[in-house]
Amino acid sequence: MTTAAINTRIRAVPAAAKRPGLPGALRSELTKILSVRSTYWTLLAFVAASIAWAVLDCAGIASHGHGPDFNAAEASLTGQVALGELIIVVLGALVITSEYSTGMIRTSLAVMPRRGVLYAAKAMVFAAVTFALSLITSFTSFFIGQAILSSKHYNTTLTQPGVLRAVLLSAAIVTVFGLFAYGAGAIIRNTAGAISAILGFIFLIPLLAQALPNAWFADLQRWLPGGGALEPIARSTPPIDGHLFSAWGEFAVFSGYAAVLLAVGAWLFIRRDA
Amino acid sequence: MIEARGLSKRYGDKVAVDDLTFTVRPGRVTGFLGPNGAGKTTTMRMILGLDRPTAGSVTVNGKPFAAVYSAMREVGALLDAKAVHGGRSAYNHLLCLAETNAIPRRRVDEVIGIVGLEEVARKRSKGFSLGMSQRLGIAAALLGDPDVLMFDEPVNGLDPEGIRWIRLLMWSLAAEGRTVFVSSHLMSEMENTADHLIVIGRGKLIADCPIAEFTADGTSLATNVKTPDDQRLAAVVTAAGGRLERGEGDELTVRGLSAEEVGQLALTNGILLHYLAPARVSLEEAFMELTADSVEYQAKTGAQK
Repeated sequence: MTTAAINTRIRAVPAAAKRPGLPGALRSELTKILSVRSTYWTLLAFVAASIAWAVLDCAGIASHGHGPDFNAAEASLTGQVALGELIIVVLGALVITSEYSTGMIRTSLAVMPRRGVLYAAKAMVFAAVTFALSLITSFTSFFIGQAILSSKHYNTTLTQPGVLRAVLLSAAIVTVFGLFAYGAGAIIRNTAGAISAILGFIFLIPLLAQALPNAWFADLQRWLPGGGALEPIARSTPPIDGHLFSAWGEFAVFSGYAAVLLAVGAWLFIRRDA
Repeated sequence: MIEARGLSKRYGDKVAVDDLTFTVRPGRVTGFLGPNGAGKTTTMRMILGLDRPTAGSVTVNGKPFAAVYSAMREVGALLDAKAVHGGRSAYNHLLCLAETNAIPRRRVDEVIGIVGLEEVARKRSKGFSLGMSQRLGIAAALLGDPDVLMFDEPVNGLDPEGIRWIRLLMWSLAAEGRTVFVSSHLMSEMENTADHLIVIGRGKLIADCPIAEFTADGTSLATNVKTPDDQRLAAVVTAAGGRLERGEGDELTVRGLSAEEVGQLALTNGILLHYLAPARVSLEEAFMELTADSVEYQAKTGAQK
């Protein structure tokens, strides 16, 4: 009897205590991100590039002296903000585009049809892993950089005004850029396409804006998604260019861009055929 | 139980699935048959909520898939064996799926054992043969011990032993009272596996019936005979509206007439028969006939416009 078979079937899996949602999705995404080599390669490249830049920059200043706009915190953190961020962008895009390039997305959605939950879990796990690592990188770059600068007594300490903020925001901005790429990845669904779009956004728009009349550019620059507008974030002192916002202001501008991209990505992720 | 009601999917001008209504019931293997491009995969994607229907609806155990309580415990699906991240090991692939639905780790080891992938479980799935990938996909489908199982062309890339294995697996799953829905474009495969058939062509439902009925329902009656007097038999068979064809060796096949009719004709006309048996119409032939009809029908309606 079929009915008898249903009743007597030994359940191999315990019933779900509650409806699968964010906690399970977070655990799953953590397993996913930590179980592919591309994650480790990208993160290793990020750490190496950021610290190497800090060492070179600070060593150069220690041997040749510094200019009028010198800021000790910035000297040790620029590597992460200007270069490291470009590497994290790759990981941010890959987290979601690799699901499409491999076809894994169909399997992922077949086990977690609540798309909003899946999308949020991916973003949160990526942001957590990236922020943790960029925080370590931030402090490491800072201490190594200051140690090099101390030979000429150019160095600063975390207790000086604005220094701790610069170290923390430098880690946070990297995460924000990664999320920026995650949103773009969800929209474009193609690794190369998403990375190109983001690099175009960060590099090309500020570059094209420079073709504008000087007065316009000066007013516009603080709103641009990259270029000189990044500078205040790594500085412990106010920006040289008086047209730019403060560190927190520029951070808010970048976060705004990221939030828009993430929201558009979420909307499309939930609506489109997978 | 899977229930589709007026299910349709259109991609731009192209109609992939056209007003499909069917029910896939538990306790048996239901074959989902149609030529390549008939809309089988699109239908399965809509069942899983991957694609949004243009019209109509489909439910799993009475609910749209997106609204089920625990997706993996209700439906296990193998759509595309290569839909995995090749850089991830088989074990981690299954683990990350299990974690979404709070399925214990030991179940991951269990399904790896069921499909026989123990030796390669820690290897990256990039290097897997198609057969191994199919087994990994089946392991993923079994993880949640679901009530409904869907397999899209599961025997692709499997060796004869693997085909036998998956056929036995599907039977045992159905015998446990589960709903098993398996697609194929290989009629011969379905003939040996399915209890019930849903046949589609160009996105439209062509047949939805038990497999026995499907072959019996075919218009192509055929009878195998042996006779020393094939000239005269050909004449009387043709006169009765049938057609005589040469078969293997000295065997002849009469098309369009049943064994009873051929026997009666032979007796009435005094023709000696050495052998008389109904020829089993293969599923393949019945299928070709049905789909040919649907193609003709579509061509006619197209011309009338």
